[in-house]
Amino acid sequence: MSWFEKLMPSRIRTEARTGRNRGVPEGLWTKCEPCSSVLYRPELERNLEVCPKCSAHRRIGARYRLEIFLDDATQGEIGEDIQPADPLRFRDTKKYRDRLAQAQKQTGENDALVAIHGSVMGVPAIVCAFEFPFMGGSMGSVVGERFARAANQAVEEGIPLICFPASGGARMQEGLLSLMQMAKTSAALSRLSESGLPYVSIMTDPTMGGVSASLATLGDVNVAEPGALIGFAGPRVIEQTVRETLPEGFQRAEFLVEHGAIDMIVDRREMRERIASLLAMLTQQPSPRLNRLGADS
Amino acid sequence: MSVNFLEFERPIAELEAKIDELRHVTDDADVNVSEEVDRLQTKSRQLTEQIFSSLTPWQIAQLARHPQRPHTLDYIGYLFNEFEELHGDRSFGDDSAIVGGIARLEGRPVIVIGQQKGRDTKEKLKRNFGMPRPEGYRKALRLMEMAERFGMPVITLIDTPGAYPGVGAEERGQSEAIARNLRAMARLRTPVICTVIGEGGSGGALGIGVGDRLFMLQFSTYSVISPEGCASILWKSSERAADAAQAMGVTAERLRELGLVDGVISEPLGGAHRDWRGMAETLALHLAEALDELQQRDTNSLVAQRYERLLGFGEFRE
Repeated sequence: MSWFEKLMPSRIRTEARTGRNRGVPEGLWTKCEPCSSVLYRPELERNLEVCPKCSAHRRIGARYRLEIFLDDATQGEIGEDIQPADPLRFRDTKKYRDRLAQAQKQTGENDALVAIHGSVMGVPAIVCAFEFPFMGGSMGSVVGERFARAANQAVEEGIPLICFPASGGARMQEGLLSLMQMAKTSAALSRLSESGLPYVSIMTDPTMGGVSASLATLGDVNVAEPGALIGFAGPRVIEQTVRETLPEGFQRAEFLVEHGAIDMIVDRREMRERIASLLAMLTQQPSPRLNRLGADS
Repeated sequence: MSVNFLEFERPIAELEAKIDELRHVTDDADVNVSEEVDRLQTKSRQLTEQIFSSLTPWQIAQLARHPQRPHTLDYIGYLFNEFEELHGDRSFGDDSAIVGGIARLEGRPVIVIGQQKGRDTKEKLKRNFGMPRPEGYRKALRLMEMAERFGMPVITLIDTPGAYPGVGAEERGQSEAIARNLRAMARLRTPVICTVIGEGGSGGALGIGVGDRLFMLQFSTYSVISPEGCASILWKSSERAADAAQAMGVTAERLRELGLVDGVISEPLGGAHRDWRGMAETLALHLAEALDELQQRDTNSLVAQRYERLLGFGEFRE
């Protein structure tokens, strides 16, 4: 925060930030935190927010995620009119309502999950993505309902479901209702699974707590982006419990592959093609890679 | 067993101490104090009724964790005439924080599964304070699938601070173990009745908590995160746990109002720890009644109704 921002009252400071914050920092140059390289923004954007030097995958918002993953033409959004309520009239140091209003303003989303009916390289699918900047991508009633509707629509259309989790876990401000979203989303996935339709979960940084212990780890194929933090309990909680420092790389995607928890790590720049190819095989369709070659020639 | 009184029960504790003292006097001398003892006992009961009629959520949370509160194996002892404990997840080990087995509830065979806390230090360590590891959830799943195979209903007793946050638990897929149970329980082709008997700690509780009925004992709690955890994140201080307990609505009564809990089972005056047998008898009645109803249903409609119930969770505007 600059000295000038510190002078501003907090409300104005928040507004001043929200104006420009769409998950991507402004300016022509930016620094990659892991490798300290100074990066040229347009180049970083061409590279889908992956550092060209060290391949660190930066966090990206739900809309951008879907934009770079899906084909241009989509068949519309699922459950976009569902709005969060405040059943507990929850208040900590701030009211839940105010936190919601702030998150909505900051992200332009009305809650932390976006679900779209579209296609990936011609393979039809329902695709959901979490918006991490919206209250840490936490799962409350709206996220649960949207996910359940997305799964049900996949069943109705007879097409696969894909989800990109990015979440700190269940949303405390909705109390036990949030916990029950774990049961709800898992139940919806049980129906999808019985219908013989594939579900691919592509875990991104971070996928923790209640989201990790429900919809995120139930994929027929579990995928992760490189370096993504994935786990049930947060590293700090574990450190406090076991009273020792955690090993290097603990709960990272690479650690999960080693321990057999996920099937594979896929680089964001290859995600579209590899997932499309996977979906086509799982649904007994011709290879989208061939289609594309055909179109190119 | 003498009762351990909690801070808010201090007036009752003082009265009970006085009663005890008087009884000793009767032992020593020929003075007849029985009238006075009766009077004080009535007063103690009234005082208990009064204090317990207006408990705060935080006080209830303390009762839910009371050191003398009956645990899963205590209930199993009272509820069932036969019980064979079954061990192990068949791939890694046996988690003592979750116990399970075949039992007979008023004649009918059931599978019972519950988290088990310890009472003394040695048993607490053995039971890992009731915090299950992945193999515990996998053992539970194995038993539930067995219940389905042999047409036995599943009864789960929930009592855990949460799933264990440890290195090994993460390495062996704590998240996946819980998630898999949630999905399997949603579709299990046999009745599932879940009861929170003490602490319902987050995903670790839910991992054996998806079913056709959810009951809570009157002074049990069920929450998405412990009040201390919530307070330390949102208030930046675990000292505000009482506020967090209030805000999250962790009590049986509040959760029934919110439509998340199907029934609240009354506890003996002063809490389940004052009368284990009495508590177990009340619980047995509720379980038998629910089983009577659920076992009459045809399996397809049972599973369909459970699905509708699970999909109905949530409060939003549209």
